[in-house]
Amino acid sequence: MPEYRTHEHDVLVIGGGGAGLRAAIAAAETAPALSVAVVSKVYPMRSHTVAAEGGAAAVIKPSDSLDDHAYDTISGGDWLCDQDAVEAFVREAPQEMLRLEYWGCPWSREPDGSVAVRSFGGMKTERTWFAADKTGFHMLHTLFQTSLKYQTITRYDEWFVTALLVDDGRCVGAVAIELATGQVQAVLARAVILTTGGCGKVFPFTTNASIKTGDGMALAYRAGVPLKDMEFVQYHPTGLPFTGILITEATRSEGGWLLNKDGYRYLQDYDLGTPEPHPVLRSMELGPRDRLSQAFVKEAALGRTIATKHGDVVHLDIRHLGAKVIETKLPFVRELCLKYEHLDPVKELIPVRPVVHYLMGGVHTDIRGATPMEGLFAAGETACVSINGANRLGSNSLTEILVFGARAGTAAAEYAAASRPASRSSVIAQVADEARRLRERFLDKSGGRERLATLRTEMQQAMEEGAGIYRDEAGLVAAAETIQVVKDRFPDVRLDDRSLTFNTELVTCLELANMLDVAETIIHSARAREESRGAHERTDYPARDDDRFLAHSLAWYSPNGPPRIEYLPVTITRWPPAERVYGG
Amino acid sequence: MPDTVTLEVQRYRPEEETGPAWQRYEVPFRPEWMVLDALNYIKDHLDGTLSYRWACRMGVCGSCGMLVNGEPVLTCATYLEELPHGSIRVEPLRGFPVIRDLIFDLTDFLNKLKRVSPWLVRKKEQPVADGEYRQTPDQLAEYKQYSMCINCMLCYSACPIYELEPEFIGPAAIALAQRYNHDSRDEGVQARMDVLSQHDGIWACTFVGECSAVCPTNVDPAAAIQRYKLSATLDWVKSTVLPWGKR
Amino acid sequence: MNPDYRPYHPKWHRTPIPIFWWVRKRAYLKFTARELTSLFVAYSAVLLMVHVRAAGGSEEAYERFISWLQSPLVVALHVVVFIALLCHTVTWLNLAPKAMVIRLGGRRLPDAAIVLGHYAAWLSVSGLLAWVLVGT
Repeated sequence: MPEYRTHEHDVLVIGGGGAGLRAAIAAAETAPALSVAVVSKVYPMRSHTVAAEGGAAAVIKPSDSLDDHAYDTISGGDWLCDQDAVEAFVREAPQEMLRLEYWGCPWSREPDGSVAVRSFGGMKTERTWFAADKTGFHMLHTLFQTSLKYQTITRYDEWFVTALLVDDGRCVGAVAIELATGQVQAVLARAVILTTGGCGKVFPFTTNASIKTGDGMALAYRAGVPLKDMEFVQYHPTGLPFTGILITEATRSEGGWLLNKDGYRYLQDYDLGTPEPHPVLRSMELGPRDRLSQAFVKEAALGRTIATKHGDVVHLDIRHLGAKVIETKLPFVRELCLKYEHLDPVKELIPVRPVVHYLMGGVHTDIRGATPMEGLFAAGETACVSINGANRLGSNSLTEILVFGARAGTAAAEYAAASRPASRSSVIAQVADEARRLRERFLDKSGGRERLATLRTEMQQAMEEGAGIYRDEAGLVAAAETIQVVKDRFPDVRLDDRSLTFNTELVTCLELANMLDVAETIIHSARAREESRGAHERTDYPARDDDRFLAHSLAWYSPNGPPRIEYLPVTITRWPPAERVYGG
Repeated sequence: MPDTVTLEVQRYRPEEETGPAWQRYEVPFRPEWMVLDALNYIKDHLDGTLSYRWACRMGVCGSCGMLVNGEPVLTCATYLEELPHGSIRVEPLRGFPVIRDLIFDLTDFLNKLKRVSPWLVRKKEQPVADGEYRQTPDQLAEYKQYSMCINCMLCYSACPIYELEPEFIGPAAIALAQRYNHDSRDEGVQARMDVLSQHDGIWACTFVGECSAVCPTNVDPAAAIQRYKLSATLDWVKSTVLPWGKR
Repeated sequence: MNPDYRPYHPKWHRTPIPIFWWVRKRAYLKFTARELTSLFVAYSAVLLMVHVRAAGGSEEAYERFISWLQSPLVVALHVVVFIALLCHTVTWLNLAPKAMVIRLGGRRLPDAAIVLGHYAAWLSVSGLLAWVLVGT
């Protein structure tokens, strides 16, 4: 029985969430003669796109304009977005959303049958398409079901990718473990697309699913591709305590209020406008996520939040919206509150606190989704193009997976069609090496004392303490030290499970290794950026410093020691850096 | 309130055992914990070999369906506290081949799903320049319920027919076929009818109704299937008894 | 060690279906009981045909048939049959809204209305039959 098997395709997509499925469909449509493989560690419909709630932004109404969407995105990102990428993004967003509509996505509608839009944080007009408050769920299932009709797409579900195959500087496939059997599988391809989502599980308290462990970022990083803008971690202001379950921003765009322990709309104290009974765009509760989460921390420092068993909270009040609006526009919020908090938001206040939600940074790509490595592309939260800059606006990420998923899929298919097939002989040794590494380091290893859960918890605590909403030099240095200690202890990990069949402990272990690499890039990128911008708030450098840091950070892997940090200028086209103004 | 709770978990380790065996674990009892939290506690602190699937922990990804005290449930949405005191039995969903421990194979469902053409069928897709297909809120409401399926497989597990006749296409796949059939933008009703009017389609269903009782998102697959039977019958009447009528 | 296991080949376990699967759950039992009532429906259909045939035969044979109908055991059996038929009818009518979606003026008719409609139709037909059989 051979230890590994090989499979050959033209385009390999790693990750079966929204970006991956969109990329696979784009590749299949661009070049119907190519064979496309989708490798995913979970069945595609389990991917975390499923949990997105609020909506996806794209200009569709006559009163809106592409420039407005671009400006909101760029100012929301504190001028760290590449403006050429943003312009392409807003331009292609409407057609991507329409395409999803043609594939059957059940968008919420106006009485005349046109697509309905809602307002969202940081957007100056209503442009967020939504499917009640399960938008990501409907988008993912629409993409998944649509992908089934393409005969050229082959799926390898529940395969966990452990390494990229690189031949002479070109990415030519990946090695994966087929979970059901434990067999090592090599998938060779002319082009590879990483769409593995984010890495929220690096932190202890997150809206992210257990599967969001930065796998694609770590794969690319270890293969020598830089990770861009990793210091920008988005805290969503409204997560349920303990579970970290997201309460969508749509609660606030429909008119919800954030109240401190005195029932006071405290955001008015933080330069976010004056309270009005009805929602005002780009103001108060509809400010951007970074500013709202930062306001929470300041409010907590003043002792005006509510202490609970699971940390400080403020209250989200949507009672005044009435049962009818809540039932039609926010049914999932109600369901989640009833199930996980035993409270009915029609009659009661929802306790919420900021929670790690999204990583603006990711694998460095250009506007087509191509990484600096030949043959390797990336899209979605894994990637950083960058359209999100220092702070992503709510409802831009669901659109991003479509626009840049499609772009990466098209670019990869074009590249694959024009390139020679990967040489089997040159990479087969790598496959054998990887199979041996997995066996020797984990399954056949004797000894070892460290428990996975202990190491994971220590990493997560260090990240929250050192690289949370507010950061400073001392905290980042301490976090870097802890991560290094955990990394040093990692080789001494001992797995209870040595079996081949569906070894989830082995997967968890490899995920932890990925997260440790990603955590390190977050900390070192944060430490190097001596300014405050968007979601990266340094108490020791409270001002934005455009002279030194109007630039993307790039974290390069170095085998011994911390990552090397370099900078890349931001592309500015039409919107010179200015102050971010919210609250009218 | 008890300090601990006992979980009796069905194990199956194909490399070591020829069949399943029970294993008991004692875990702390916390009122805010779901059954899944208890399993995670076991995995992290007591026994890393226990295998199961999970992801979102908010009832929407559909990964963590298991039998708890014999009932198919999402373990991320089942409080320990809500279960009767005494030990809690956790088994893999019934009706599927077990790969290991609480993990079952769902290839069969995915193959069946593909058979019912779960995508929007159009004779001709309009160019994006023409804007969206119009669909009123009432037309949306017509299929919305069926579009809520998270593929968690609880309905298959509750269906004795699927267990007795594994070729039955089953509740979720039929509900998803109806999701597109009732979509005002779709033109694929006939193709799906050709698949689902076969013996392994809607007519295999004897309307036990348990699929709808266990569905965590109120898709009501039982109703979807019965509606389908009615329209299939009318279709047949029109084409056979009234041959001049339109199919 | 499992002797049937070979590395890299899944060795699935399939739980056999017990013969008494239908007592595993109340809902299954109810379902099985509901399905069994259809035997009584079949019986009453056959009985009706026998009745018609007897009515068309000799007077003596018809008398014999009627006296058979009046024997205590048969009466007891038919009470049971009647109850089973009632159960069958009621459960059948209650399930009707699952299969029927009726729209009136753009609004979906609530389930209760569909059930009530079915009951009304049932009572009307029964009443009409009763009037034909008894009233004339």
